[in-house]
Amino acid sequence: MDTASRAPAGRTAAGPPRRGRPGLHPAVRYLGGRVITALVSLLAVMVTSFFLFRVLPGDPVAALTQGRAVSVDQLEAMRRDFGLDQPLPQQFLDYCLGMLTLDFGMSYEYRVPVSELIAERIGPTLLLAGTGTVLAAMLGLALGTRAGWRRGSLMDRVDTGLALTLWSVPSFWLGLLLIVLLASGAGLFPTSGMSTPGVEGAFNVALDVAHHMVLPVATMVAVVYAQYMMIMRSSVLDEKGADYLTTARAKGLRDAAVLRRHAVPNALLPTVTLIFLNLGRVVSGVILIETVFAWPGLGSLFYSGLRVPDLPIVQALFVVFAGSVIVMNLLADLVYPLLDPRVRT
Amino acid sequence: MARQQDPSRPPAGTPKTLKNRAAVRTAAAVTAAALTAVPALSAAAPAAADSEGAADTLTIAASQPVDSLSPFLAQRLISTSIHRLAYDYLTNYDPETNEPIPALAESWKTSDDGLTWTYTIRDDVTWSDGEPLTAEDVAWTYTTMMEDEGAATANGNFVANFASAKALDDTTLQIKLEEPQATMLALDIPIVPKHIWEDVEDYSTFDNDGFPIVGSGPFVITGHKPNQSITLEANEDYWRDPPKFDRLVFRYMPEQDAQVEALRAGEVSFVSNLTPAQADALKQTENVTVNVADGKRFQGFTINPGASTQDGQEFGDGHPALKDRVLRRAIMRAIDKKEIVESVYGGYAQAAGGYIPARYDRYYWEPKGGERLDFDPDAANRMLDEAGYERGDDGVRVSPEGDRLEFRMHVHNDRPDYVAMGKLLVERLADIGIEVENRTVDPGVLSDALHSGEFDLIFTGWTVNPDPDYVLGIHTCGALPTEPGTMRSDAYFCNEDYDRLYEKQLATYDDPEARAAAVKKMQRILYEEAVVNVLTYADTLEAYRSDQIASIQVQPDPGGNIWGQDGHWSWSSAVPAADAAAGMGVSTGALVGVGAVVLVAIGGGVYLMRRRAAGAEDRE
Repeated sequence: MDTASRAPAGRTAAGPPRRGRPGLHPAVRYLGGRVITALVSLLAVMVTSFFLFRVLPGDPVAALTQGRAVSVDQLEAMRRDFGLDQPLPQQFLDYCLGMLTLDFGMSYEYRVPVSELIAERIGPTLLLAGTGTVLAAMLGLALGTRAGWRRGSLMDRVDTGLALTLWSVPSFWLGLLLIVLLASGAGLFPTSGMSTPGVEGAFNVALDVAHHMVLPVATMVAVVYAQYMMIMRSSVLDEKGADYLTTARAKGLRDAAVLRRHAVPNALLPTVTLIFLNLGRVVSGVILIETVFAWPGLGSLFYSGLRVPDLPIVQALFVVFAGSVIVMNLLADLVYPLLDPRVRT
Repeated sequence: MARQQDPSRPPAGTPKTLKNRAAVRTAAAVTAAALTAVPALSAAAPAAADSEGAADTLTIAASQPVDSLSPFLAQRLISTSIHRLAYDYLTNYDPETNEPIPALAESWKTSDDGLTWTYTIRDDVTWSDGEPLTAEDVAWTYTTMMEDEGAATANGNFVANFASAKALDDTTLQIKLEEPQATMLALDIPIVPKHIWEDVEDYSTFDNDGFPIVGSGPFVITGHKPNQSITLEANEDYWRDPPKFDRLVFRYMPEQDAQVEALRAGEVSFVSNLTPAQADALKQTENVTVNVADGKRFQGFTINPGASTQDGQEFGDGHPALKDRVLRRAIMRAIDKKEIVESVYGGYAQAAGGYIPARYDRYYWEPKGGERLDFDPDAANRMLDEAGYERGDDGVRVSPEGDRLEFRMHVHNDRPDYVAMGKLLVERLADIGIEVENRTVDPGVLSDALHSGEFDLIFTGWTVNPDPDYVLGIHTCGALPTEPGTMRSDAYFCNEDYDRLYEKQLATYDDPEARAAAVKKMQRILYEEAVVNVLTYADTLEAYRSDQIASIQVQPDPGGNIWGQDGHWSWSSAVPAADAAAGMGVSTGALVGVGAVVLVAIGGGVYLMRRRAAGAEDRE
């Protein structure tokens, strides 16, 4: 989440309703259009990924052998192993064929298939970023609803101020601060990692991991919940003046019921898009938080891969990160008509 | 649009009851959560304590993840350090003096021409699976590296000059060389068991992850959680004294500050690579011992004297004036190494003499008397005045050929010490009328500039092994690129006298004194030519928990380091402290920690309920 734009995302999903061509069901048209757009985006991402990382300065072979005693033969052998002795068009062709068959190649540094590395790391990332996103969304929605409903109150001002302050705090700094205060200082939590070596038994492991998760998740929630809160707050504000709310009140509903049954469902729409977009970004994880807390996820894999640059790793991860955003965006597009009849044509 | 609450709105329904019901629901949920969490915790706590094995586990913070567990592939220091624990080598380096000492090879002899080496292999060594270790294992390891490109990935340079490696019998190994080689007692190649490895199909991808990994070192690798930790158990049958700690855990923690916090918390027993500020802070911390060791690394910069290939084809765009030795030497006289030691390293460094760090007594060389290029800006200015570099109107000198002395300086942006040194250099060189454009850049950019010869000054640093052959070899003419862009060294240096001495030190492998003399003369040439310029040997700063580790071997002793030793001495010698507080801290922490979360959850729940209740009151 830190890598992408941190400005609260607006609504992107709701395209203008279009007139369907005769003979084609509007729903099919809508669906087909979205899927094709997604596929084209994915293709563009694939191509970009190849060239983007080859523009990076530095030679992977030189970086990997830096400061080590190596012979010229060894360097050449590595280059051959990595396929870097091939002309660029040939490399590109191999890359494309590999991508199409989901063969991401062999990591330069770890010498194992990249798909294996990704499979290893995706679990911890989903666990950390997924938990963080769900908690942040819940917290943000609850606080945003209250703040919007009672705009200008002391509570609104305090909550909004606090959320925006945390939003502007660098996550690695907050993470370190929490480590210093709560982990090494008060000794309440482990300073980093995902598990204590040697803990056995499913239940104990789960508890151990939960214990390790507290600080990274807290850091992540603190930093990102503001975006959910601000979106929810402004959508609740938008709905607040609506006539149907007056009607609802007029028929005698309590304030809380008006909010819960009428205002919130309508205000949720833009937030849904945001949540879907962020679900896509869950995969890319929280790179800095993963680094500070030594969390063995995709984010730290990407970070360490960039330093070499370990091209197969960063290429594949770039496609996976972007791909998951595209897929989630597509899902948001598909779910939207179900939530909002106005989008249906 | 934002309408205020309408106070005249009639109250509706039975709000109190509804509110209270919600409140009760929340409270119930919170209590339920708390009730499940607490017993869960008490169950987990003792389990955690047991598995920690209290004092017998030594946990080491590692800044890198392991790249590969295969000794044929592993290149990172963390991986090679672990291999030093799990495998044996033909020879070791003495923990106190760094000199080669017997390991698997009990003794050795050389033919008169220096091309045939015969080693006697110990007969009392077994692999951790019980099979005996014989000369055949050693011969097979070397031969495989010679024949298989994949197996040569990490250490191929050691065997590149081998003609053959054969086991004459179980205890006799014979190696024939193409040419004499100085490193025959410094072959840093882990010996792997033939009976396990001969079935491997592709050495370039085999990552050696069948646990426990069969080895013959003081520890056995028993587990690896990729990107998290790696666990080793003591090998009770080790042919030297078995280790005192039962278990070693290397924990991957990429963030240096987080490592220090983990040390404070007692979660790890040892951290390395501290900054001077961290070392100073840890000196004040209870139960922590800071080890200040003489560095194995030098820091410096090289000057581009005009990049060229071995055939003499010039390339790149180095400043033409830097071909002049007088200018290069004047630059060195303008730099205050003592200032760098104090202001960059806070005193935790030595001002450099020669190319090889001072910790290696045998090879250390220091310039004497008139040959010293000590800090003296006046002398430097005089040298330049006499050589015809006149100052322009803006105070910047111009070479006799009319080129303004305006140099680019490439600095690694990921090394704070280089960055700070770079800033000092800009100031000092300005004092003698040289303008420096400070390019603090990504190491990749820097490496590209070096390889294409498009630089003037560029920072560098090497870790020097007890045997200096390699770091000396990279400045021979033979190390220049065969074609532009293929360089493996870090300076475009070529000097015939230097090359002759390099050959001499290779040929005198059996006469340590003569070899050291040659190595010292080589350093004098490097110093005089001022292309490869060494500024400091930074201390290695490390810290360990004295309440977990009672004593630990440094190398060399005294004044040596713990992490990154040439050998397994630190971890195989470490003695556990008597009072074992390590394991307990974790479980108590877990208990209190989850307890705190539960409290916060309850607190939050109560707060929310009260807010809701209050909100309801306000409005109704």
